[in-house]
Amino acid sequence: MKKGKFGQYGGQYIPETLMNELINLEKAYCYYKDDADFTAVLRQLLENYAGRPSRLYYAAKMTADLGGAKIYLKREDLNHTGSHKINNVLGQVLLAKKMGKTRIIAETGAGQHGVAAATAAALLGLECEIFMGLEDTRRQALNVFRMELLGAKVNKVTSGTMTLKDAVNETMREWVGRAHDTHYVLGSVMGPHPFPTIVRDFQSVIGQEARAQIMQMEGRLPAAIIACVGGGSNAMGIFYNFIEDAAVRLIGCEAAGMGIETGQHAATITKGEVGVFHGMKSYFCQDEYGQIAPVYSISAGLDYPGIGPEHAYLHHTGRAEYVPVTDEQAVSAFEYLAETEGIICAIESAHAVSYAREIAPSMGKEETIIICLSGRGDKDVAAIARYRGVEISE
Amino acid sequence: MSNIKNSFANGKAFIGFLTGGDPSLEKSEEFILEMVRGGADLIEIGVPFSDPIAEGPVIQAANIRALAAGATIDRLFQLVRRMRGQTAVPMVFLTYLNPVYRYGYEKFFETCRLVGVDGVIIPDLPYEEQIEVRPTASVNEIDLISLVAPTSENRIKEIVLNASGFLYVVSSLGVTGVRKEITTDLTSLLQAMKAVSDIPTAVGFGISTPAQAAYISRLADGVIIGSAIVKIIEEHGNKAGRYLYEYVKSMKDALLA
Repeated sequence: MKKGKFGQYGGQYIPETLMNELINLEKAYCYYKDDADFTAVLRQLLENYAGRPSRLYYAAKMTADLGGAKIYLKREDLNHTGSHKINNVLGQVLLAKKMGKTRIIAETGAGQHGVAAATAAALLGLECEIFMGLEDTRRQALNVFRMELLGAKVNKVTSGTMTLKDAVNETMREWVGRAHDTHYVLGSVMGPHPFPTIVRDFQSVIGQEARAQIMQMEGRLPAAIIACVGGGSNAMGIFYNFIEDAAVRLIGCEAAGMGIETGQHAATITKGEVGVFHGMKSYFCQDEYGQIAPVYSISAGLDYPGIGPEHAYLHHTGRAEYVPVTDEQAVSAFEYLAETEGIICAIESAHAVSYAREIAPSMGKEETIIICLSGRGDKDVAAIARYRGVEISE
Repeated sequence: MSNIKNSFANGKAFIGFLTGGDPSLEKSEEFILEMVRGGADLIEIGVPFSDPIAEGPVIQAANIRALAAGATIDRLFQLVRRMRGQTAVPMVFLTYLNPVYRYGYEKFFETCRLVGVDGVIIPDLPYEEQIEVRPTASVNEIDLISLVAPTSENRIKEIVLNASGFLYVVSSLGVTGVRKEITTDLTSLLQAMKAVSDIPTAVGFGISTPAQAAYISRLADGVIIGSAIVKIIEEHGNKAGRYLYEYVKSMKDALLA
């Protein structure tokens, strides 16, 4: 496979001004990923600071209720900062420091990646600026203040649809102007090479652990792994170490918003077409002229018109399946997990929970499903209340 | 090489950019003719895109206006076809890759040839990725115009050796937009390029005043003006024609002085 490509997907479709920066990033990453000191420091941070390994929890009540496959939850929600995003930011911010950068910038949708990036910057002593769509700063006001508490400057993006896509646009624009001292901590397995590989590698700790944990607990591989996909970092992280195991179904849940037939969704693989945007060739929601389409989801973290190129490739080869899950289904799963297991998960992760509810009953009792519970749901409580017509003030 | 070489035959070249269809296709036609009357040697027509990541606020806003007014690639092709009856000035498209990819590379470059588009600038298609469009562009004799940035350094040689039409020299880091001063060491950047090939060079990003144009004219073969022109269109709307003529004339005079 050509460097930086996953089949025909991926690549480096980025302004010339950034090309040497990306080449340097790739060189630095290739060097440090195998550097004993670097990996030791990262491992220590993941264990002592982020709280890894995350638990693989057997959801006995949910299993009994659904009456089919055994359900396990990979508890990324219990990580420091409340999601899987910390795995990637610790790696990238350490790398940025090694490259001599003194400042990081990052986009954020729901605020999970922004909070994680601000946290890593605070811990490791780098200046930090976050770009977040104005619309998302309203949906996730608490996370804006959280990032500011962590010492980050939050720039509210007012261009375009004022959501995650536009936050990425603005962060790229900022980086084109200031790369000499600044690293762009991209939050998902997307963007130009080498980001999809770097982020996947830093997130693959999820799948490494899950594999060892399920082997220890069940003595066999799971029948299916289910994760939500926006850009697709938690999904890629948990899928990666199971790709060679053809019998393990890999299922990505896309945000179908109000329904894929309504046009109000972010179901990139289900409804999108191949294109080139944000530095990569992949699937994008777009119109007949290649204009990127406005997308919608109740989940700010899945509200993105593209998907990482390795997912596009896994879809293309048929190795992974991508299914749409609506707002209503996700909210219902959010409530279900809270009532059944006493876990309030992120609305993003609830998309994966929803699909597990759908397929588990018809699976055998000896089979297992691992759901990647990518984040915790404190940030979503107010939005869910609004969705259900309850007015609460934080 | 296409028609583009003619752009550099009349002293230092003035290359004017506008976003196609801002504020309307009819007005773009008029504005292009006014710029040509003012002395423009090459016209760059921006194909509006929903997410122009290399553009600053001025051209972003023009993209939104043009899309709202219904500009599409097909309509811009029709615009160029109509204009070919009125002017021989070389015209190039500036477009992000996705609209071209969706249109289909073969159909896109073939249509460029049929209607009279001389070249294409794709800001999110660096040298390494050009391989997927360059053969199709060449077959249709459309110049695929490469960009060189202040950060290109060791990449300059390969980019210049494979360049066609002219080289778009990015004067400054960052996105498009008017800047008070250009801080890049353009002299050594252009020397490095000229050492490899004598393909014409035109400097863009941030240039707006006759004094800046005069300065650039001592170093390069032309200047590219985008945001300053789009600002005039933003300010004067349908009545911008006269102001565009005057502005372009003042800039071309500075280049020839």
